[in-house]
Amino acid sequence: MSVITIPQGMPQYADKPRFDVEKIRADFPILSRTVNGHPLVYLDSAATSQKPRQVVEAIADHYLNHNANVARSVHTLGTEATEAYEGARALVAGFIGARAPEEIVFTKNSTESINLVAHAFSPTAADPRFRLGPGDEVVISEMEHHSNLVPWQMVCERTGATLKWFGVTDQGRLDESDLDGLITERTKIVSLVHYSNVLGTINATARITKRVREVGALLMLDCSQTVPHLPFDVVDYDVDFVAFTGHKMLGPTGVGVLWGRSELLEAMPPFLGGGSMVETVTMPKTTFAPPPARFEAGTPPIAEAVGLGAAVRYLQDIGMEAIQWHEKELTAYALDALATVPGLNLVGPSVPVGRGGTLSFSLAAADGTPIHPHDVGQVLDSLGIQVRVGHHCARPTCVRFGVAALTRASFYLYTTTDEVDALVRGLDQVRKVFA
Amino acid sequence: MEIDQLYQEIILDHYKRPHGRGLQDATGEHVGEAHHVNPTCGDEITIRVDAQDEKIAGISWEGQGCSISQASASVLHELLTGTGVTDALRVHGDFVELMQSKGQLEPDEEVLGDAVAFAGVAKYPARVKCALLSWMAFKDALARTGAMEVQS
Repeated sequence: MSVITIPQGMPQYADKPRFDVEKIRADFPILSRTVNGHPLVYLDSAATSQKPRQVVEAIADHYLNHNANVARSVHTLGTEATEAYEGARALVAGFIGARAPEEIVFTKNSTESINLVAHAFSPTAADPRFRLGPGDEVVISEMEHHSNLVPWQMVCERTGATLKWFGVTDQGRLDESDLDGLITERTKIVSLVHYSNVLGTINATARITKRVREVGALLMLDCSQTVPHLPFDVVDYDVDFVAFTGHKMLGPTGVGVLWGRSELLEAMPPFLGGGSMVETVTMPKTTFAPPPARFEAGTPPIAEAVGLGAAVRYLQDIGMEAIQWHEKELTAYALDALATVPGLNLVGPSVPVGRGGTLSFSLAAADGTPIHPHDVGQVLDSLGIQVRVGHHCARPTCVRFGVAALTRASFYLYTTTDEVDALVRGLDQVRKVFA
Repeated sequence: MEIDQLYQEIILDHYKRPHGRGLQDATGEHVGEAHHVNPTCGDEITIRVDAQDEKIAGISWEGQGCSISQASASVLHELLTGTGVTDALRVHGDFVELMQSKGQLEPDEEVLGDAVAFAGVAKYPARVKCALLSWMAFKDALARTGAMEVQS
């Protein structure tokens, strides 16, 4: 890398917020274990992040000292549990700039959040914005995770609407060349991934948002990879729905988030029926509670939400801008480092601009024959390096780049340049085994 | 765990120089074909079996996948081509048992030949499916030849 001196008076690199990564790592006991006799090198945070002690302790404290069901008890424990659960909702709301905690619906994961929105669409929906039938269109993209693809296929099948999608350029960017042809007066909802879990691409949404507003459609962003890694504000992005999940942002599994504009959530029908989501129940009929309770039938993931709240607090203490910058520097370093590996072909943007620290690639042996990602991952695992292999629940994205599977290394706030070096050495070892 | 236990020379040899790869032209009632996919990684295999007079006259396959899945298909071709249907099913049963043994079973080289090299794979639960992909497809294809009904 060449060093460029930035003139005085301009923003300097040193002005960027930073943190001591070793100090962070001390909060994650798992990072000091060994795997197959080697120090653990965890490069699979896009699948799930590791959890800091603070999050695990918050969950333990909830179960050991405050456990009760929420929103139904007059007793002290019930009140404490309810306050903790609703407190987590407020923390999450503040974290993404929601106007009110009531705009946060706790779900099981991003997949459920997206399904919840998709379920609101039907040919007979009371609100015209959710009325979807033959002649109407839903727009997604070729870089979706299956969770933002399959629910919309199902909705289109159910309603007779047409599914359309943005293509992806060879550089791994969203192909916006036919934006006006793709999003039209017939479009009812555009649901896009914001940060691709395969390509690492972070999509610029301004032009799309503008077009969506022009035609009067709704816009949903799958922010499963966004919210954990960069500052995100729902008002800045001017979107209608956002889905993300707790376990990718230092929180536990089992809790996801749907953020929606109040007026839209209020216009949506319930998703699952049961306890906690009702207003008045008689034998023949029920009236439903307002959001978010309307969408949280049954006992919710209470301890998980408390854990997510602790994760939000942890991320806020470090600062999302500092985390974003750490990963940006790491990504620049990794892109340079991986470029030195013979036979490695990166899929996705090759510059650290408009992309995050999720790097997918194929690898070939010295004679040019591709080495299957399973084999890459297996040899890396024998060296303690944990990467994801396969189609990453985004098979159409892999097909777009002519591969059945890819190897993916993904970073987070605790990832170091030493770990990137270990990956590069590991890939050399892979090529030796398959020489 | 030692990675050499998994990637034994025999496996890498079969992977680099696979036997029986490329679907052979064969039609008729005694030919069965099956296509299997491993949904977690997208690996796939198509296998074509020609079984006549209680004998496996031909096995050919086409697929894409990791070294384990491809080498396993090659070994299957080598082991079972030309054998009787009953013997083939016995070898099949032994191989499946070996793969499900979690590494606790000592394989019989007399029966399994080069397939004993997969004993190490059984210690890697995530890879057992790779090794079994072609063998499961083989059994389906064989069933479609009708040869298994004659047996029972």
